[in-house]
Amino acid sequence: MTAVTTDAVATDTRRAGRWVYGSAVVLLCAWVIVPLYFLLINTLSAPETVNSFPKPFIPEFDLGSLTFFANFAGMLTALKNSILVAGLTMIMSIVIGAPAGYALSRFDFHGKELFRLLILLTRAFPLPLLALPLAVMFIQTGLDDTVFGLALVHTTLAIPFSVLITFALFSGIPLELEEAAWTLGCTRLTAFSKVVLPLILPGITASAIFAFVISWNEVFAAAVLTIENRTLTAFLLQNLDTSPLHLKFAGGFILVVPALIFIFAVRKYLFAMWGIASR
Amino acid sequence: MNARLLPYVLILPVTLFLCLFFLYPFVLVSKQAFSTGAGFTLDNFREVTGYWKFPITMRNTLLLAAAVVPIQLALALLMATMVNRMKKGRDLVLYVWTIPLGISDLAAGIIWLAIFEQSGFLNSMMNGLGIVDKPVNLLTFQNPGIVFLAIMLAEIWRATAIMLVILVAGIGLIPKEYYEAAEVFGASPWKRFLRITLPLLRPSLQTALVLRVILAFEIFAVVAALGGTLFPVLMGETYAYQFDLLNSGAAAALALIILAISIAFTLIILRVLRVPKGATI
Repeated sequence: MTAVTTDAVATDTRRAGRWVYGSAVVLLCAWVIVPLYFLLINTLSAPETVNSFPKPFIPEFDLGSLTFFANFAGMLTALKNSILVAGLTMIMSIVIGAPAGYALSRFDFHGKELFRLLILLTRAFPLPLLALPLAVMFIQTGLDDTVFGLALVHTTLAIPFSVLITFALFSGIPLELEEAAWTLGCTRLTAFSKVVLPLILPGITASAIFAFVISWNEVFAAAVLTIENRTLTAFLLQNLDTSPLHLKFAGGFILVVPALIFIFAVRKYLFAMWGIASR
Repeated sequence: MNARLLPYVLILPVTLFLCLFFLYPFVLVSKQAFSTGAGFTLDNFREVTGYWKFPITMRNTLLLAAAVVPIQLALALLMATMVNRMKKGRDLVLYVWTIPLGISDLAAGIIWLAIFEQSGFLNSMMNGLGIVDKPVNLLTFQNPGIVFLAIMLAEIWRATAIMLVILVAGIGLIPKEYYEAAEVFGASPWKRFLRITLPLLRPSLQTALVLRVILAFEIFAVVAALGGTLFPVLMGETYAYQFDLLNSGAAAALALIILAISIAFTLIILRVLRVPKGATI
């Protein structure tokens, strides 16, 4: 009799535990999604609705705010600049970073620890601050207020990640595969391009997307280094005081969209990349 | 190519790049901070720290970090352990929880502005519940507490994901055998968390905390979107020195102060959470 009651109590507590667990998961998902949903409502509502009170809790699917955003002077140029800077950052951080990642995973060489220290050191610095002295240097070299100049700074932000991520990715491919290719007559280069590269390409793409988003999201350096050629973040920041609400929300929404796609595209790699990269 | 030279050739581009765009600007910013035109001077620092706003700015930044980071750490640990025992729907839940990872601080500020602004969703909800009959302007200088709360919530919402990812990856590396052994000896889930997960997670905790604390001192756009000038922080003041006051010497000095705080906290975290010598998983 007592055994039966304790059993029943145990299942009861387990059921209660599962219920608490389940609702906590749902609650935390809502915590992430609901604010995004509010932004969506504001973006897909007419400007008048965005500025009215009280707010509807379902979007009215009016493109007024987005049209206003697209027609706002300088906004589309800013959007174009953002894409250009992020694209350049993506290419540069992979082209420069990936070879170093390969070297770290395949070779033991003098100064390897020093090199790793240099990479890790960048993490202990608020890097956007370095845009301040670079502003002077860029004026001297004619890089000021250019897409390329800003991309250089954003590459500095992205490079430590691209080195560590590609290091993790290359470490995941056994050296034996390459050695087998060498014995079959491949040179180091052909072995790399025919054996390693196809295996690593999805991961490289993921880390390239990561670099794109780092640049796309960066505000401080973009605001410091550009005046005429503002990126979207810099443009929105500069106009925060003066721009109407619907413009802010539409701009925020355009900033968020790539993020959603990005996380979805790299979700498989996110944890593998961080697992090794954080050691 | 010579196999001994190859690694150096491969790391050369990154090294050059970081020397030119990381170490050299660091030297430049120091030079700028310690000079006003003629020789070595501390005038820039005196000017920056003597300004009446400086103590407030400093207090705000530190207070925000102290309020946000512990909550984020606890939340990220909770989420990571929850995900770890999940069987169904793990990928979906992880996707949802990591969405803020890709969202910029400016966008996060704007998102929470949609909630806290005068005709925003919080006011609409309170109106619907009959708490207020007309919209209240929440983000004003009369409500410093609410401004702080809004910024805090936006930061927690935005930047917990980065810690979560690092911790989930770290927990994935802990061998399952340890947990099985602990279970055999009758350790409760809480004990297992305290005695196995936390100590073995130390390297990941280090990384997560260092990254997060530095980002907390860098806070800028969230505050700009939500508080504007109501809640001055270090990074925002640096921006103001550079652009509104056109005083790049003072901006550089303030930048160095932020750098110094960041490095000090990095060292403290590394020291407190150091992995004992020779210990590996």
